[in-house]
Amino acid sequence: MSALQDSVTRAPAVAAVPKGNIALGYLTSTMVVILLFAVPLFAKNFVIFQMTIWLIYAIAILALNILTGGSGQFSLGQSAFYALGAYTSAILMEHFGVNYVLTLPVAGALCFAFGFLFGLPALRLSGIYLALATFALATAMPQILKLGVFEHWTGGVQGLVVTKPDAPFGLPISQDVWLYYFTLVISIVIYVFAVNLLKSRTGRAMMAIRDNEIAASAMGVNVSLYKTLAFGISAGTTGVAGGLGAIAVQFVAPDGYTIQLAIALFLGMVVGGVGWLPGSLVGSAFIVFVPNLAEEVSKGLSGAVFGAILIVVIFLVPHGSRQVAYKIQDIVRKIRK
Amino acid sequence: MELFTNQVLAGIATGAIYACMALAVVMIYQAIDQLNFAQGEMAMFSTFLAWQMIQWGVPFWGAFALTLVISFAGGVMIERLLFKPLANAPILTHVAGFIALFAILNSVAGLTWDFTIKQFPSPFGSAPFLGSQLISTHQAGMIAVTLVLLLALYFFFQFTRIGLAMRAAAAQPESARLVGINTSWMVALGWGMASAIGAIAGMMIAPVVFLEPNMMGGVLIYGFAAAVLGGLSSPFGAVIGGFLVGIFENLAGTYIPGVGNELKLPIALALIITVLVVKPNGLFGRSVVKRV
Repeated sequence: MSALQDSVTRAPAVAAVPKGNIALGYLTSTMVVILLFAVPLFAKNFVIFQMTIWLIYAIAILALNILTGGSGQFSLGQSAFYALGAYTSAILMEHFGVNYVLTLPVAGALCFAFGFLFGLPALRLSGIYLALATFALATAMPQILKLGVFEHWTGGVQGLVVTKPDAPFGLPISQDVWLYYFTLVISIVIYVFAVNLLKSRTGRAMMAIRDNEIAASAMGVNVSLYKTLAFGISAGTTGVAGGLGAIAVQFVAPDGYTIQLAIALFLGMVVGGVGWLPGSLVGSAFIVFVPNLAEEVSKGLSGAVFGAILIVVIFLVPHGSRQVAYKIQDIVRKIRK
Repeated sequence: MELFTNQVLAGIATGAIYACMALAVVMIYQAIDQLNFAQGEMAMFSTFLAWQMIQWGVPFWGAFALTLVISFAGGVMIERLLFKPLANAPILTHVAGFIALFAILNSVAGLTWDFTIKQFPSPFGSAPFLGSQLISTHQAGMIAVTLVLLLALYFFFQFTRIGLAMRAAAAQPESARLVGINTSWMVALGWGMASAIGAIAGMMIAPVVFLEPNMMGGVLIYGFAAAVLGGLSSPFGAVIGGFLVGIFENLAGTYIPGVGNELKLPIALALIITVLVVKPNGLFGRSVVKRV
């Protein structure tokens, strides 16, 4: 209203997470990995399928975490990258007969390029304006996929059916179990990559931008490069998750990748804890399992139940599962003393 | 040329809807510095309340006034109960709170009034306005209401003590607190006003898009777009932005081949982003200087 220029002395949008605190310790990590590997020995096929979906969304949330928690940029457009990755995998498999394993790097690379290019105009925008721009991308994507021009490749509104891969080398396990292990291995690789990335020079540069863009550029950080790079890496990782999702669900259709997916991924990140990478697993569990739980409590009011659970969670732990983890860490330290 | 004028007129008519919504968006942005994703659902809920009262036999303007009062109180209550306790939480957590509010309101409205489409009466009737087939008296009335609202807001913020206090609380919370402004209540007041303005927008929009729990989905997106285009700090910009978005959308639908109803939205958004890339603070927004 007034033409006064005011200065921003408020805290940055994304709270700074100390560099040493973005991941779990080696011991805890190993335990989690062993647990995840052991699950199929006890669980039914449907549960294993759900866990595969859980891991896939965890990768997508991790990707958003690299972008928001790492470089401080906000995105509501992750569903677009997810869709692009899913369609790349599906089209390569169904139209070109490419092996499913090989479609994932292609999906990742394509999404990286697309995200990097999208990051360029996004450089001019920040905060709420960036949210709107990425939001536009997310709303446009399903419509673009439905366009008649691409119908031959994308199958239009009907989408594409993807064949589920069998376990290789004649392993005596079901398709679901194989897919679970396949997803698990890829998740671990991506997780290790993300942790190392954020601990590297690149990650430090991104976090410096997150904490204070002007100060970072004054210290010689190439702000444009690292911001677009964060977009590219995040999009590429989301693309891999999308490709995995297409293989696991065996189906891609434009309406599976609406803005609701982007919102769910965002919620997952908040519940997991922004900037704390293992939180992606917790956040993903929240968006995969809590809607089912809400549906069980009340069919008609499932939305309200979900909302109420979400409010309770953010009231108890406004910083997400990260807060819980730090608390436990403190307690463990005290006991050791 | 006639086609062009007609489309612009039709655009202005739909633009009035967006302008109304954008005004509510800017209002809350002024108070809390964030976009409220649940704004549309709050407006939808208020509109349902008004509809219910009309069903019970309350005359239109009586229901209108009552709805404004209830919405205002509801907005203040939401702030007090939900967002005040979260005042120290990170901004992204607030956004998650908005999404939760969205889910709750939508689901409760769906259960109470179910998802069938309902007619909402218009206080202005729906005859053609001044003999034009493109703008009905209702749409003309809606434009008038939007402009009156804008004027009222301008006077409120420019010439009343409390308006000044609200501006101060939004621009410089700490300094405002030092001169004795109760900033926490100013935020609650902002929520109440935004909720009431949203209710007006909802009651004006409902005769056009029909009443149902998901009626605001599309409108809110355009409302956001309009507010961002006009500059989030300027109510005047929001109204202009609303009309511009309406016109954009209609012209794109008419003149760009292959753009059906489905691609209108992405194209309108793409245009807005193009504008933002050139003018990052919107057409009428003020730029914020950052201190390191």
